[in-house]
Amino acid sequence: MSRVVLVTGGNRGIGRACVEAFLKNGDRVAFTYRSNPPSDLEGENVLALQADVNDPQSVENAFAKVEEQFGNVEVLVANAGINKDTLLMRMSEDEWDDVLDTNLKAAWRVAKRASRNMTKARSGRMVFMSSVVGYFGSPGQTNYASSKAGLIGLARSITRELGPRGITANVVAPGPVATDMLTALGDQGAARLTDLVPIGRAASPEEVAAAVTFLASPEASYISGVVLPVDGGMAMGH
Amino acid sequence: MADNFDKMKEVIVSTLKVDADKVTPEARFKEDLDADSLDLVEFVMGLEETFDITVEDEESAGVQTVQQALDLVESKQNA
Repeated sequence: MSRVVLVTGGNRGIGRACVEAFLKNGDRVAFTYRSNPPSDLEGENVLALQADVNDPQSVENAFAKVEEQFGNVEVLVANAGINKDTLLMRMSEDEWDDVLDTNLKAAWRVAKRASRNMTKARSGRMVFMSSVVGYFGSPGQTNYASSKAGLIGLARSITRELGPRGITANVVAPGPVATDMLTALGDQGAARLTDLVPIGRAASPEEVAAAVTFLASPEASYISGVVLPVDGGMAMGH
Repeated sequence: MADNFDKMKEVIVSTLKVDADKVTPEARFKEDLDADSLDLVEFVMGLEETFDITVEDEESAGVQTVQQALDLVESKQNA
């Protein structure tokens, strides 16, 4: 396999695991990062792009660079995401907007840009990084959970719009994953979450990346519009 | 403006996947060329690229035939 893959937010956590998994597959992988480039992800098949997914021009520039270096994006992983947790009554307008912009609107933006050439090629794969909380709900995450639920509507509408053009759009919904986002909750916060998981631990980023590479693989050609939970049984899709 | 017609014909053939001999000035996109809404979006984007113009949705909404599309493109070129 040597496809052109673009992963947003690929410098750490789940995104980084996706970058590494696609590289292992023999794909050419571009990834965006906001501020900290990983120094140890280098090679002729990998392209690190500083980009702000909230800035349309920055996204356009990133795509232009990928196209110049590798060719048109064939697999898009919309992964870049943030959280700004606080209880509803304390949440500011900015905390809502920032999270919705980055997690949902920016995913729409990169999907829109990628869809142009995928449509022409009559082929393409999109994978959106959602979260179990999108349908499970989570106190203190009205903004984050809403954005992650929104990705499901986005992917399913793309499935209906662009399915006739050979494009699939799927969603991966991880439960707790051992990343900086989980570490930020502290030991107690993390334990509260993993207590809800039948498998009894957080996922590794690689376990989530495996679902992403599968949905982007030729073997998954007839799978579109699904929400694939990778949550150790925490919510089982509900 | 035969040149424009030929260029448009190429865009139609490649985006709508129809035989070139079906593309006449009178041909209607939906009825004769079997184009759905997504086909038409692709067609308009193809026009924008080929003729280096920008077409707003409102402008393309009333376009039903190949001749009307050609008129739209030429009005843009002369603008």
